[in-house]
This record gives sequence, structure tokens and C-alpha cells, in this order.
Amino acid sequence: MKKNYSEDLREIRDIMQRSSRFISLSGLSGVSTGIIALIGAFLAYQIVFKDADFLVYNQVQLSRESLVNLLLIASGTLIVSIGNAIFFTKIKTQPHEQNAWDVASKKLLVNLLIPLASGGILCLLFLWKGFVGVLPSLTLIFYGLALVNGSKYTFSEIRSLGVIQIILGLLAFAFLPYSLHLWALGFGIVQILYGLVIQRKYKS
Amino acid sequence: MKEVLKNLDKAFENRIRLGIMSALMVNEEVDFNELKTLLGVTDGNLASHLKNLEKSGYITYKKSFLDRKPNTNYTATKKGKASFVKHINALEQLLH
Repeated sequence: MKKNYSEDLREIRDIMQRSSRFISLSGLSGVSTGIIALIGAFLAYQIVFKDADFLVYNQVQLSRESLVNLLLIASGTLIVSIGNAIFFTKIKTQPHEQNAWDVASKKLLVNLLIPLASGGILCLLFLWKGFVGVLPSLTLIFYGLALVNGSKYTFSEIRSLGVIQIILGLLAFAFLPYSLHLWALGFGIVQILYGLVIQRKYKS
Repeated sequence: MKEVLKNLDKAFENRIRLGIMSALMVNEEVDFNELKTLLGVTDGNLASHLKNLEKSGYITYKKSFLDRKPNTNYTATKKGKASFVKHINALEQLLH
């Protein structure tokens, strides 16, 4: 009888958690996304920004070729990152026979996508009007806002990760010449560190 | 002991109904298919338990169309939430 009651309570707790928080997020995907971001930032720096005069950063005129290269690097980084996140989530959910696409993951995704999509569209508009310099800052800020917004539906650590990204984004705008470095710091280094922390904490 | 047992709700004796209420306690609304995957039950089984909870006045539903397919969203009522809290408290007391 007693055993039944405690099983009931365990079941309640399990369902509440599974239906409200997405806990199959893999720390390893954070680490590898960070590495991909570092590679992307390095390429962008080499190909596009290296010869640019950073003191007049906001007046840098990008040639058509550089712009195409930059867009290719950005979309390449984005696609590889998303594929990589899906891959690691699949690996993590498979042994538990969990369905990765459930109530909680849908909620997480929708709440991430609202700030992320609006920020993405805004960035494209800025790019279209020729303001390349604000992009590292804006992408950091909107990514941070997306994380803060989505953190209610996954590990709570994601919230502070989001706040850090927002701060780095604001700094990147204040110190425009270093904005690509700050971008690499946020999307690369900080993301890798958080990935390692989450991987250690929620290993099972 | 007897007092506590009285607080246990017959409606939540069943695991599936317990699961439905658990999901509705932490989510504003959950639709039929989400409940189905969450609990791993068949359509008919889930429907009958939902009907049961609905009859007790513990949940309500809203029908809508999603991509032209009918979609039913379930919400816990105030009465349902109160009964569930009472039930959990009773369970915890029985364990201590």
C-alpha cells in the first residue's frame, strides 16, 4: 500500500517535469556549437574583417563578394549548429526511449524562436541597409533574450547564460572595434563553458 | 489515519487520470495528442479517462481546428486543482 503511494508521487513528479521542462538538452551540443561558432568567427575575421579599418568600423563598405562570403559563413555556421544540436538531442533521448518532440520541447522551441526570429529579421534588415558593424552585438543580444525567455522550459542555468550573452552584446556595441572578439567570447568560449557545466551536472 | 484516507480522491486512484492532472497542473493547457505521447496510452483509453475527469468537473476542454484537423485542448478547473492538491497532501501524509 505504502509503496503504491510513493510510486504515485514519483509518477506525478516525473510527468510534471517531463511535460514542462525539456531536460534532454545535451551539454555536449553546447560545447560543439561553441567550437563551430569559434571557427565561424575566425573565418569571418580572416575573409571579411581582416583588412577593414576598425577605427572607422561603422563606415566600412563591404564589397559584394565579401557580403556574399559573410552570408555564406553565417548561414553555414547556423545550419551546422542546428544540425549538431538535433544530433546530440537524438543521442541523448534514444536510450531512454523518450520522444524528443513533446510538450516541453515544443514550448522551449517556440519561446526561443520568438526573440530569435525577430532578431534575425532585424539583423538581415541592418545588413541590407549596410550596417554590418552592429551585427555581432545584435546577434548576441537577441540570442541572450531568447535564452532567458526559453529558460523557463529547460535547465535553469540557461537563464544566466542568456544574461551573460546580453551583457556581452551591449559591450560589443559600446566597443565596436572589438565586437567580433566579444561575439567569439559569447557564442564560443562562454557557450563551451556552459556546455561543460551542464554536461557534468546532468550526465545521466 | 482514517481522516487522511478520506482526503484521497477516487478520481485520482487511476494512474492515467493522475498523469493527466499532473500535466495540467504545470501547463495552462495540453492538447489530446500531447497527453497521448506524454502518458503513452491509446486514444480510446485516454478519451475515457478524460471524460471521467470532465464529469467530476476537474477539467474542461476547448475544441478548435489546427490545420483543418480537430484539436482539443484540456485545462484543469479550479475545483480540479484544489482536489489534486488535497490528494497529494494526503499521499504525503500517508508516507510519513
